[in-house]
Amino acid sequence: MPDDAAALPAPRGLSDAATRRRNYARRYAWFVVPAAVVVVSVIVFPWLFTLYVSAHDWHLGSARRFVGFDNYVKLFGDARFGWAMARTLYYTLLAVVLPMVLGIAAALAFHRKFPLRGLARTVFILPMMATPVAVALVWTLMFHPQLGVLNWLLAQVGIPPSMWVYAADSVIPTLVMVEVWHWTPLVMLLILGGLASLPVDPYEAAKIDGANAWQSFRHITLPLLMPFIVVALIIRTIDALKAFDTIYVITQGGPGQASETINIFLYLQAFAFYNVGYASAVVVVFFAIILALAALLLWTRERVKQT
Amino acid sequence: MNRHRLKRRLTDAAFGLSVLVLVSPAVLVFLWMLSLSLKTELDNTAFPPVFIPDPPTLDNYREVFARNDFLLYAWNSVVVSFSATGLALLIGIPAGYGIAKMRAVRAAALILIARITPGLSYLIPLFLLFQWLELTGTLVPIVISHLVITVPIVVWVMISFFEGLPSELEEAALVDGATIWQAFRHVALPLARPGITVATILAFIFSWNNFVFAMVLAGRETRTLPVAVNNMLTFEQISWGPLSAAALLVTLPVLVLTLLAQKQIVAGLTAGGVKGA
Repeated sequence: MPDDAAALPAPRGLSDAATRRRNYARRYAWFVVPAAVVVVSVIVFPWLFTLYVSAHDWHLGSARRFVGFDNYVKLFGDARFGWAMARTLYYTLLAVVLPMVLGIAAALAFHRKFPLRGLARTVFILPMMATPVAVALVWTLMFHPQLGVLNWLLAQVGIPPSMWVYAADSVIPTLVMVEVWHWTPLVMLLILGGLASLPVDPYEAAKIDGANAWQSFRHITLPLLMPFIVVALIIRTIDALKAFDTIYVITQGGPGQASETINIFLYLQAFAFYNVGYASAVVVVFFAIILALAALLLWTRERVKQT
Repeated sequence: MNRHRLKRRLTDAAFGLSVLVLVSPAVLVFLWMLSLSLKTELDNTAFPPVFIPDPPTLDNYREVFARNDFLLYAWNSVVVSFSATGLALLIGIPAGYGIAKMRAVRAAALILIARITPGLSYLIPLFLLFQWLELTGTLVPIVISHLVITVPIVVWVMISFFEGLPSELEEAALVDGATIWQAFRHVALPLARPGITVATILAFIFSWNNFVFAMVLAGRETRTLPVAVNNMLTFEQISWGPLSAAALLVTLPVLVLTLLAQKQIVAGLTAGGVKGA
């Protein structure tokens, strides 16, 4: 093998090093084998099997029939799916923008030193770690139109009571409110990590040049923070698209279908109507969207690493 | 000079107020949960609301333990979360090490994609698979499905952790004639203990909090706590006190864990930048 390498026109040292690195790497492959077996059987197998199921007319408990792309064709003509997609986009837009704005504001606040900062930060991240179902139940009680504490609070500041999750036009903003409460802390943490890594010198220079606080935020902090903001933005987008637990627990897609996002639609098709062939087609389409975002995430991550 | 100090005081006060506004929703929801769980049904449905339980009662907690097979479901949750976390550590730590050593970008990408796929999309094939294997009605399908969450967390955290470790010590061990397994076992693994702590805590919390897998895969006897507590809302006459008591009991372990280990959790989440399925 070394003789073969020597016979090649490539510089000897380089190709030797390359071979050695490959062999060296191969020895570590055994470390990955157990995890690879698990990942293939519980993650990759489901992906492939979903593709297979999506090409069938398959209701649980009855015979399956191969139908090719029929499920996909049906999907694009399905108004209920179209509405679910539109609601998902509406929900995602709100559930990305609001936590981003609040999360960046919170990160700037927590970046400053103030008394009890550690305690305040710990409390601030509690919602993120709390069990979503448990918290969703308490929100449900708070949304009660007659007896809920939220309408009482609104009355104290002179705002007329809201129907919260019990009316079609307020249900999605209300669910977004829960999502904002839940996930703003993650945005805050990602941005706070970014702030901690910023250099000090530009600020000193700007101070000497007479820049005020807003100018140095706008022209120094924001551009330097951009990579972190992009990462937080993409993570938030993917998480907002994935939202299921709180929506399912609080409304189950109701009232009517007013909060039926893709995830709820998918769940109902698969496990209420047992229409697993059709539901699998939904998974594939949804997965394609998320995959595109994943590519973006990886690409951004690499770029952030380089800078 | 005096005006300067006044201005400073005012900005400090405004800053303090905005921090209070940011933090208070987090505190108030949990406090309200606690308040609901300590009051009688009469006080809970009073309007205007009663905020401070007077006198506080533990009846709601007694009722939760008395009527809902709560202890069985708590045991199920413990078994599922500990097994799913333990298995994930067993296979995920070496995998993270191998991927970091090999600089296997594609394997890392696969883990990342698994990490961001909605949990719901794994359920149709896994449901069909477990039915075919006749495993439904046991905790096995739930533990296996939770690996979908825990394995990627552990691998992802461990990759970034092992990438950050200096490799000189292991190389010295290899030169001294250790096998790569020995170098991993006796050199890298002890150094990686903080990373393992982070991975364990995150995997456990996200497994404990998971709802959708057990909701689809669990039978009457195999429900985990989030499923059991959700069923209290759906299928029974809603009584606010016991419901809040149960919800608080479900989330209390993770809240305590977060308070105790917030440093590790923050480190893990900002390093991985990813959360549960």
